[in-house]
Amino acid sequence: MENKDTQRAPVSQKPHSVDKPADTTTIGGTISIEINNEKHTVPLGTTILDACKMTGIHVPTLCHHDDLCIAGVCRVCMVEVEGMRTLQASCAFPITSPIKIHTSTPMVRKARRHVIDLMLSEHHGECYSCVRNNNCELQSLANEYGVDKYTFGHVEKSRFEIDNSSFSVIRDMDKCVLCKRCVRTCIDLQEVGVLESVDRGDKTHISTFMEKDLADVICINCGQCINRCPTGALHANDPSDDIWNAIDDPKKHVVIQTAPSPRAAIGEEFGLEAGHSMTQELNTALRRIGFNAVFDTNFTADLTIIEEGTELIIRLFKALVEKDETVALPQFTSCSPGWVKYLEHYYPEYVDNLSSAKSPQQMFGALIKTFYAEKAGIDPKDMISVAVMPCSAKKFECNRPEMADSGYQDVDYGLTTRELAKMIKEAGINLPEMPKTHFDNPFGDASGAGLIFGATGGVMEAAIRTIVEFVLGKKAEDVFEKANVIPVRGFEGVKYYEIPLGDQFGPVPALIQHLVPNWDWLAGATLKVAVAHGTANAKKIMEDIKAGGKFSECHFIEFMACPGGCLGGGGQPIPTNEEIRKKRAQAIYAEDESLELRKSHDNPHVVKLYEEYLTEGPCGHLSHKLLHTHYTKRGKYIA
Amino acid sequence: MDENKIARDGAVIFSEYTRGEVIKKVVELNRDDILFELKESKLKGRGGAGFPTSTKWMLTAAAKADNKYVICNADEGEPGTFKDRVLLLEYPELVFDGMVIGGYTVGAKYGIVYLRGEYEYMLKSLQDYLEAMRNENLLGKNICGKEGFDFDIEIRLGSGAYVCGEETALIESLEGARGEARNRPPYPVNTGFMGRPTSVNNVETFASVVHIVTKGGQWFKQHGTDKSTGSKLFSVSGDCANPGVYELPWGTTINELLDKVGAVNTKAVQVGGASGVCLSKDQFERQLAYEDAGTGGSIMIFNESRDMVHVLKNFMEFFVEESCGQCTPCRIGNVKLLEGVEMIEKGEYTFRYINQLKELGATMQVASKCGLGQSSPNSFISILENFKEEIFNNGNGGTNGK
Ligand SMILES: Cc1cc2nc3c(=O)[nH]c(=O)nc-3n(C[C@H](O)[C@H](O)[C@H](O)COP(=O)(O)O)c2cc1C
Ligand code: SF4
Ligand code: SF4
Ligand code: SF4
Ligand code: FES
Repeated sequence: MENKDTQRAPVSQKPHSVDKPADTTTIGGTISIEINNEKHTVPLGTTILDACKMTGIHVPTLCHHDDLCIAGVCRVCMVEVEGMRTLQASCAFPITSPIKIHTSTPMVRKARRHVIDLMLSEHHGECYSCVRNNNCELQSLANEYGVDKYTFGHVEKSRFEIDNSSFSVIRDMDKCVLCKRCVRTCIDLQEVGVLESVDRGDKTHISTFMEKDLADVICINCGQCINRCPTGALHANDPSDDIWNAIDDPKKHVVIQTAPSPRAAIGEEFGLEAGHSMTQELNTALRRIGFNAVFDTNFTADLTIIEEGTELIIRLFKALVEKDETVALPQFTSCSPGWVKYLEHYYPEYVDNLSSAKSPQQMFGALIKTFYAEKAGIDPKDMISVAVMPCSAKKFECNRPEMADSGYQDVDYGLTTRELAKMIKEAGINLPEMPKTHFDNPFGDASGAGLIFGATGGVMEAAIRTIVEFVLGKKAEDVFEKANVIPVRGFEGVKYYEIPLGDQFGPVPALIQHLVPNWDWLAGATLKVAVAHGTANAKKIMEDIKAGGKFSECHFIEFMACPGGCLGGGGQPIPTNEEIRKKRAQAIYAEDESLELRKSHDNPHVVKLYEEYLTEGPCGHLSHKLLHTHYTKRGKYIA
Repeated sequence: MDENKIARDGAVIFSEYTRGEVIKKVVELNRDDILFELKESKLKGRGGAGFPTSTKWMLTAAAKADNKYVICNADEGEPGTFKDRVLLLEYPELVFDGMVIGGYTVGAKYGIVYLRGEYEYMLKSLQDYLEAMRNENLLGKNICGKEGFDFDIEIRLGSGAYVCGEETALIESLEGARGEARNRPPYPVNTGFMGRPTSVNNVETFASVVHIVTKGGQWFKQHGTDKSTGSKLFSVSGDCANPGVYELPWGTTINELLDKVGAVNTKAVQVGGASGVCLSKDQFERQLAYEDAGTGGSIMIFNESRDMVHVLKNFMEFFVEESCGQCTPCRIGNVKLLEGVEMIEKGEYTFRYINQLKELGATMQVASKCGLGQSSPNSFISILENFKEEIFNNGNGGTNGK
């Protein structure tokens, strides 16, 4: 029997559930029911909603979301169950007896229409001036039920002030229908817990701890709440107007970098099925919009692997050989700004474990306004640097005060996939029809290793490909079939993997040869790594480390704040669910496999950068200045 | 009627009983005997919903779990109800002994009293009472020498919201969450407090059980009607000479009750509190019984001087505020009904719209997540129906009848 976790605040929204048989093929594992007078057999404990889906019957929903625990609050999914006086919320009704269900009786239809009418009566907002116009579940419901007037009136006055305090998430509670998806996302999917419903009756609303602004609570900016909000009540802080202004200003040199995940998902905004990569079409579209240079964030993902890998080797040497007890291990990845902020709030005592390497976005930002500016002969003050990211937390990250190592704000704007799609549409471009073009030099195209950063486990896989080749002196392909490190792939919440390095190792390449005086200590060692995606899973690992469990023995752990990794980021196209995320992951892995260049250290442009500019090599002086950073112990209470 | 406004001439609840009597009897019985007696008595829950107590206990007893709970619902939040307070203050032996029987029957080791926040003043004396029971081995380990019969009771204070009287919201509140009703199934009898099988019963239900087990289901059944057995405590308030708590057999007619409490010129009787229905004169021959006019015990009397729109407005304001706010039909529906009442008050309404609101009320009755939203339209629908002459012919001009 599942017990509700009442230990954490705010208390979990997960309801107690009915016991389901583990094996539905055993006697009593299934149950016979009737839906609209047709007989069906479903596994015991299936919800009426799922049973209807299995049998091809559409039942409208609003508060239900595949990623989230059951709420049963909007009541739009009601159906009639014979013998029961009241209608039943199909999303919240587990079938445990042979019931007869009717999904479209006059009473059901009238009740659904009433529920929709009621929600509309309190929904203050105009569809045509809303970010979610044409992608709003409330709007779709109204359409589905043929609502052509406000039966029960319509609010005329705004009731809530818009909270635009956050760099990442804007809350417009006038548009909220109180489905509590955001609450369930924040509390139970992410286990952050800054959103809660407060007050009672007609005053009920979604708010934060002590009704503070979002910027003043421990929101990690992951934007997962945005992705699951059915309406425009939550949306990202959109910089596209400023970006248009920069593009339209002839004195500005506007540069854009694109992360791996947006290209795997942006097609969805143009009506394509999930899982179509638009990498090179996107390059063309960006140039047509008017960006002066289009770069691939995967380039700095490759660079991250070199810097972060180097850092790991140095840490391991200090800890294992020099027995330096001040060295923090395991080393944690730091490319997910949502994760970084989560750690800063919840586990501030572990900030030293975070790799000091900046995220690929921020590495790029620092290089664009230094290395690239020099090369191109452009004054960095006339440059505007934009980053297309799958992520809302990247907006916060680029505004961190320490992210100005070029002498200017390194990245001026973080733009989400959704916002970019909007700009492309506004420019009159149909993305899927664009001809394919490459990225611009001097950074050129990047490796598949950088590309798979977009999926959970990708950073780890990229790192493993490089480490194996650096340390074992073997081809990654000889160790892993097609260099695919399958054990760190997939959507399992927490993955653990051990790589025995064996006695045969070296020669270590010149790039890192000088880092440590000798390499013998690696002989016979086993590299232990782990991967977590979604902060709820990250929390599991962190608690294990705190308790001295097996994860505390790891050397390197990849953490991503969002479920599925960046491809499920808070700036990605809506809707999201596991199936969509899987398709995006497939697109990313397929593209990786189609590339010649699949290892970060093989990227000729990276090699060249170290030869020409970062001449002291990885973790050298200039690297440290431009490519590394530090973190803040924030804690859970913000004054 | 005595100085505490209690008419103690009742034949069932207020009949003779001394603390511990039934517990000593119970330890000699097995749980099936008790369940049989309860079934025989046809006792239905006194908290309002009227669910057969024997069934609830049987289901809880049958559920398999390491822990089970018996919860006494002493939230008494229904406007116009104060009979549970009387039982707790003056007849705690009935309530607590009833909980012990409950624990014995369903196999629970813990009992929790969810006490209305406003009743905090009685907390100390109730705790002292429990301590005295422990000293007499009526609570604690091996109760009355019965090996393995362990049961103890804890009192927890409620959080002040009306909805917390709803059994699943009550459990949520006990678990430290917001007082919001749960989805059903799973039902508390299988998955209740801390996910364990739990029987939630009203204060008066426990008191009735004590008499049934002591005196027998047959004896109990002699009172009341065929379908509504035994007697009931009524909290009578409003326009009458002797408001207070009365024990009356089920089946008493409204007229009989009005006589008894000294009500004259009565225009309307609200049966069942704010969530109940409002009856007009022509219905005063109706019986107080589950099969006719059922109630958790609240009777509010309104005489000819009362304005029914005003009465209704009070009820609707109550629900607008007290809805837990999680489900759409109740949270917004009640606001719309209240707006409708205000339109009537101002005379700015159309019949068409009022009829739409009545339909909305009917939807709320079947679409709301819990009993609050399912019953909040009762007063709206019944008052507009039973008092339509008064309400729609109020002579204020307006757009009446458009
Ligand atoms: C809004 C609401 C408030 C309720 N308040 C109470 C209450 O104060 N006391 C009570 O005993 N039952 C209350 N109930 C009924 C309980 O949900 C539950 O049915 C009852 O405690 C079961 O006990 P019984 O079977 O002994 O009647 C309330 C129900 C609703 C929907
Ligand atoms: S952005 Fe993430 S942390 Fe912030 S409120 Fe939304 S779900 Fe919670
Ligand atoms: S903000 Fe959005 S997700 Fe959250 S409750 Fe409101 S409508 Fe639902
Ligand atoms: S019916 Fe009212 S009180 Fe009950 S769950 Fe819905 S909003 Fe809450
Ligand atoms: S979708 Fe089922 S109640 Fe909201």
